[in-house]
Amino acid sequence: MDTNAPQEIARPPSPFQRFSDRTFRTVSFLFAWLTIVVVFYIVWEIGSNSAPAMQRQGLGFLSGTTWDPNTGEYGILPEIWGTLYSSLLALLIGTVFGVSVAIFLNESYLGGVVYNGLKLVGLHLHPVLGKLPAACETLLKNLVELLAAIPSVVYGLWGIFVVIPMIRGGCNWLHEHMGWFPPFSTPLSGPGMLPASLVLAVMILPTIAAISRDALATVPPKLREASYGLGATRWETLLAVILPTAAGGIFGAVVLAFGRALGETMALAMLIGNANRISVSLFSPGNTLASLLANNFAEAGGDENKVAVLMYAGLVLMAITLIVNMFGALILQRATSGLKGLN
Amino acid sequence: MIQAPKPDATTGEAVIDCDLKELYYGSFKAVRDTRIPIRKGEVTAFIGPSGCGKSTVLRCLNRMNDLIRGFRFEGHVQFRGNDIYHPGVDPVAVRRHIGMVFQQPNPFAMSIYKNITYGLRINGYRGNYDEIVEKALRGAALWDEVKDKLRQSGLSLSGGQQQRLCIARAIAVEPQVLLMDEPCSALDPIATRKVEELMTELKKKYTIAIVTHNMQQAQRVADQTAFLYVDTSQGERTGHLVEMGKTEQIFEDPQAEQTRQYISGEFS
Repeated sequence: MDTNAPQEIARPPSPFQRFSDRTFRTVSFLFAWLTIVVVFYIVWEIGSNSAPAMQRQGLGFLSGTTWDPNTGEYGILPEIWGTLYSSLLALLIGTVFGVSVAIFLNESYLGGVVYNGLKLVGLHLHPVLGKLPAACETLLKNLVELLAAIPSVVYGLWGIFVVIPMIRGGCNWLHEHMGWFPPFSTPLSGPGMLPASLVLAVMILPTIAAISRDALATVPPKLREASYGLGATRWETLLAVILPTAAGGIFGAVVLAFGRALGETMALAMLIGNANRISVSLFSPGNTLASLLANNFAEAGGDENKVAVLMYAGLVLMAITLIVNMFGALILQRATSGLKGLN
Repeated sequence: MIQAPKPDATTGEAVIDCDLKELYYGSFKAVRDTRIPIRKGEVTAFIGPSGCGKSTVLRCLNRMNDLIRGFRFEGHVQFRGNDIYHPGVDPVAVRRHIGMVFQQPNPFAMSIYKNITYGLRINGYRGNYDEIVEKALRGAALWDEVKDKLRQSGLSLSGGQQQRLCIARAIAVEPQVLLMDEPCSALDPIATRKVEELMTELKKKYTIAIVTHNMQQAQRVADQTAFLYVDTSQGERTGHLVEMGKTEQIFEDPQAEQTRQYISGEFS
């Protein structure tokens, strides 16, 4: 028998395999480019449609404070202010809560409590009940992420009929007793900045909590061991080792959440009061770019001028989110480059 | 004779007396019948095949196993006559006296300087940090290599340097005992040799317990050697101490057949 004869199993790919391979590569390539093309197309369309408004309003559009379709005078400074104010406020509340939730999830506090409870009654080694601590943690994690599944408009309803009545008393008490403090300078009559920001904070909480938890989970356990091994307490370890190491990822979560808060529309349109006004008061109504667009597109109808103005406002909103995201990506890159060599 | 050594043979100046009758993770029995005294000013090596519980025993000595849910044991671990598992004892306090160096170099993602001072800061130490940093780095034979880049990240060092940084970090707080869990397994032979030389230097000041897979390493650095083996007879994998004694005796005149076979490489 000729031992040099080609073997039966090894053979070159068939024409069909080569064809499907090439097809798959081409299709992926096309789709990858398609996303980029779509982004540029949208920017281009909005830009060109807003061109008439840009020419007419110029940069005064950004600093004007009146929005009057009758006189054709348009300015979106109150909306820019409202967008940034409500988003930053929501971000502040959401970050505090979100990072706390992430830490709570990552440190297995709940599992520990359940485990100790089981141990107390001597069931911690039970074949079924013994799995309860881990199950509780998974459940809690999924519950937090479920917050993201609630539709925006439902959040709006909850805000109007639950949150506002709930906080009104307290807010007005603050206004009466500490009205000299600018953020409390007006009473809360109904919709306003604070209820909008509170609801927005709940909406961005799952983003911050889930991504921060992932960032905390990627901190190598060996760092935790190193810290405990030196005699650090859990709190010291968390504060001095775990959080700084995960800071890049947590920051990424915050930026993503900020992007979401800036663009959030429905709940804010329902809660912010849609008043064309600039105020530092937490209880005064305001407006955001997104809810301005949502409230005005219907009546703009066929009027090209009005459409152009709205497109211009949309462009500004897009520019803000783009800048925020770019800054975030940049800082994220900086923060994580110091962690090279950590695995 | 496959028995634990008579305690009085080696407990003369034991700074740690570790007696683990039965040790469990959940319902899994990981270690049984292991009594290992750690003598002051000496290097005690734990050798044995994978899964025989060497690291588990080592981690009992400064309560690192407390971090694992379901860990419990019967027996006692005494540090200078005090039971470190007594309900009134804070594991954090134990770890400040009994330091640890791990298998993987694990410097924090901060500067070399801050890595060393971390232990001082959590201990609330107020004093001359510069002095201690230099002393610790010299003690870990790393000073000359890093003295000009103390502000650089600890992660920028090579693996061997990182491990010596971790040793420096551990000795900066001046523990009485240093536990080393396979400290050279992630290092190349040159870096390994450096760490071994360091150990013989360190034992003048500290008591050292080391887990190692490398029998030559045990012979080179250890005064006492404990051989552990894993018992698979009852369908479980339970580690236990086979014998312990002076390193020369374990390697030249092992009492147990299992030890003889293991160190001659007949199985592993």
